[in-house]
Amino acid sequence: MNISRRLFIRDGVATVTLGLAAPAFLADIAQAQGLAGRRLVVVYLGGGNDALNTLIPYQDASYYSRRPTIAVPAGQVLQVGSDAAGRALGLHPRLAALGSIFNEGRLALVQRTGYANSSRSHFEGGDIWGTANPQNSTGSGWLGRYLDTLPRPLDALAAWNTTDETPRALKSAISGVPAIANASTYNFASPNQGAAAQQERNTAEVMASNPAPNRPHLALVNGANLGAIETLDRVAQARVYTPTVAYPNNGFALALRTVAGAMARGIGSKVYWVSTGGYDTHAQQGAGAGGGYANLMGTLGDGLGAFYADIRNQGLAADTTVIVFSEFGRRISENGSAGTDHGAAGLMMVLGGSVRGGLYGTAASLAPGNPTLENNSGDVHFETDFRSVYARLLDNWLGVNSVSILNGDFKAGAPAIF
Amino acid sequence: MSQLDPDIDHLLRRAGFGASPDDVDTYRDMSPTSAVAHVVDYAGRPDDVDERIGRPDHVQVSTNNLFAPDIDIDDARQRWLFRMVHSRRPLQEKMTMFWHNHFANTYSKLAADSGEKQAAKLLAAKPGVLRGPMGQLELFREYGMGSYRDLLFRVAQDAAMVIFLDGQFNTRGKPQENFGREIMELFSVGVGYYTEPDVYAAARVFTGWNLRESEGYTDNDMNAYKEFVYNADQHETTEKTFSFPIYSDGSKTIPSRSESAGLQDGIDLITALAFHPETARRLARKFWGFFISEIVPPDPAFVTATANVYLQSGTRIGPVVYSVLTSPWFNDPSAQHARFSWPAEFVVRAIKEVGWQNFSVDKARAPMSNMGQALYEPPNVAGWPLGANWFSTSTMLARSNFAATLASSQKGFLAVGLQEQASSPQALMAAMLERVTPAPFDSQPEQALLNYLVAGGPWTGSESQVSTRAAGLARLLVASSEYQLV
Repeated sequence: MNISRRLFIRDGVATVTLGLAAPAFLADIAQAQGLAGRRLVVVYLGGGNDALNTLIPYQDASYYSRRPTIAVPAGQVLQVGSDAAGRALGLHPRLAALGSIFNEGRLALVQRTGYANSSRSHFEGGDIWGTANPQNSTGSGWLGRYLDTLPRPLDALAAWNTTDETPRALKSAISGVPAIANASTYNFASPNQGAAAQQERNTAEVMASNPAPNRPHLALVNGANLGAIETLDRVAQARVYTPTVAYPNNGFALALRTVAGAMARGIGSKVYWVSTGGYDTHAQQGAGAGGGYANLMGTLGDGLGAFYADIRNQGLAADTTVIVFSEFGRRISENGSAGTDHGAAGLMMVLGGSVRGGLYGTAASLAPGNPTLENNSGDVHFETDFRSVYARLLDNWLGVNSVSILNGDFKAGAPAIF
Repeated sequence: MSQLDPDIDHLLRRAGFGASPDDVDTYRDMSPTSAVAHVVDYAGRPDDVDERIGRPDHVQVSTNNLFAPDIDIDDARQRWLFRMVHSRRPLQEKMTMFWHNHFANTYSKLAADSGEKQAAKLLAAKPGVLRGPMGQLELFREYGMGSYRDLLFRVAQDAAMVIFLDGQFNTRGKPQENFGREIMELFSVGVGYYTEPDVYAAARVFTGWNLRESEGYTDNDMNAYKEFVYNADQHETTEKTFSFPIYSDGSKTIPSRSESAGLQDGIDLITALAFHPETARRLARKFWGFFISEIVPPDPAFVTATANVYLQSGTRIGPVVYSVLTSPWFNDPSAQHARFSWPAEFVVRAIKEVGWQNFSVDKARAPMSNMGQALYEPPNVAGWPLGANWFSTSTMLARSNFAATLASSQKGFLAVGLQEQASSPQALMAAMLERVTPAPFDSQPEQALLNYLVAGGPWTGSESQVSTRAAGLARLLVASSEYQLV
């Protein structure tokens, strides 16, 4: 027992194991660390994030002339230095927590990510980022195809989706992903008590185990039913979790708290999916540290800040990478409603205890006519193919072959974030 | 086995929300042909369902204060669920749900803009109760079987839609693209049939389509309201050219018009989009998924036939729906149980089939949210992700646990009602399956259910055994994967 304790302290999970000495639980942790190792947390910003107000080119005069009401004043940005093109950049003032992670060298900001002929449709754009296929965005997702490479039988919690719907990125014909938005309501209710209630659960499990080979649509619902029943007990473990820091009280932060709990309790999921919405800021974005967009940034920065601090305290940061992205960036010039319409290239953020932080790629120059722009200089043109970032994550973080998962070699030009 | 003809059961699941015992009485002696006519020609029957709210033999509603469904969104949700359970015009509620998904506006965005009372009113107010225009859902109820061009026009001028897609910010010199894009991407032709320049042109077409507030407007005044207004001085008057024909002579350009005549720009574009053949085909594909099958892709012959009915009837939806429900594709036995129920369909059908005595629809509100469908709160402008997308472990668990809540509430009533028919486990099962109608079971789940009935000991048919096992059986049936298919 003492030996085990020291081992766990070395691995940095002592804070959670203290006082929870049940042998089965320790075995779970050991299994999880052997099985899981590195994990990926995906944070999707739904609606098309206005990247130019996330990472601000605060010395670009055109930024201010084209956004007279919604530009973040230069004096308010959190400076992060200059990129390879010599363009000075700063984070939105409500991203203070991310600024700290950047200063520690654990936040990579990959500018102007996207693809040629960027879709301005939320849904097509989201599907393209999900499938990693701008030509045909209706198939399986890139993370679904990653899960397909894992050994069978696939652990029912190999991935954990904290939203109710399976995002395109996690879709796969052979690798189901449970959706566990709220661990505390994840239980099996019954109109009876005691043995009868248990018999109902057992019966439901047998019923859902019917492979229904002639009715694939029924088999699909059986998969969801069975997945729920089979994960009930393990999710119940993750429910009992005391974080090391206080999380903000909003859905996004609580989802991240759930993720931290699952990690700390050694659930072993390799991919977690979290999303936060409201980024379709056509109107009333506000300026600087106040207004609608600032609130979005506050939710994002404070949530990620709490999460990163929590997992670092638990010694989980070195095995965790978080990526943050959206389906597109937004128009450079503000519209008549102090907002921005759908645009093109965006910003990807990658953070974690093993990430090589810094500024990657170059900012656009927002003066009309500049070759870094497209659509009559209305939008930012992409520089880094988003699939090259996926490739880096697959090859260098998750340790699989990106070429087969992405159906192509996108290693060239990938930012050296690991 | 259900007590109704399987074709009528199928019809009532698709064109309604399943069959309650009352519905069984109504439809028992009808032929499938007359049942379709009865379902579609609902206009002759009075829309009196709201008057029955509060009657003891109906499903209940719950509220802390006065029941105020025109200004309180939770009460509005309850009223709509009540209507789905008890309306004698189930197709009207079904089509209202279809349009609510098609023109998906969210309460939360409206509430952020205009406050909670006005947001509920914008979506759910019945005409004639409070001052101001009817809520968006009432547009669907009133005009949802009429011409699509007319509906699209009314929706484009609906205050909730104007707020939801930022129309009030669409001004000359600073066109705002949100509505201009979605009217083509989501409300008519769909991706692939318009260009980016079309989006910019459409935004300019709708400049000046705005709102005005009633005199002395405040968010909290329940008789205050917002309504559509055309602000001529904000209209951008230059000509607008599209990639597709706007006029019947093939012209793709909306001519330059004076400010005062500029409202016509939008009328011309809406008419062109409503009559666009790709709009017809896109609606036909949506109706395939909504009425016929989500496991087989739309049959091209169906799409062509349905699109033709739409165009030949001047975009009227009633004839389209009648054509769909009487088509060979709808009546093919393989179409039965070939759709994934929406949470609203699931919840309402479960209530109609298991029972509603002393049960409040309020008990369905939070579970529906966990199932992924809070009414008046679609996830975004594209509506809910349908079909197989409804099903994940947590949404299935929410369905499963709603089955437990409902079975629990009806436990005593089920026991009394079924005691006489519980001479054996098989008899109890048969009696339950007369009212609760899942897709057919394979032998494995069927045997599991029979085993469950005797899992606590050999069958005696005692009151306590029937009470426990009938409720447990109802729970298991409604939570079964087979039951999720409609």
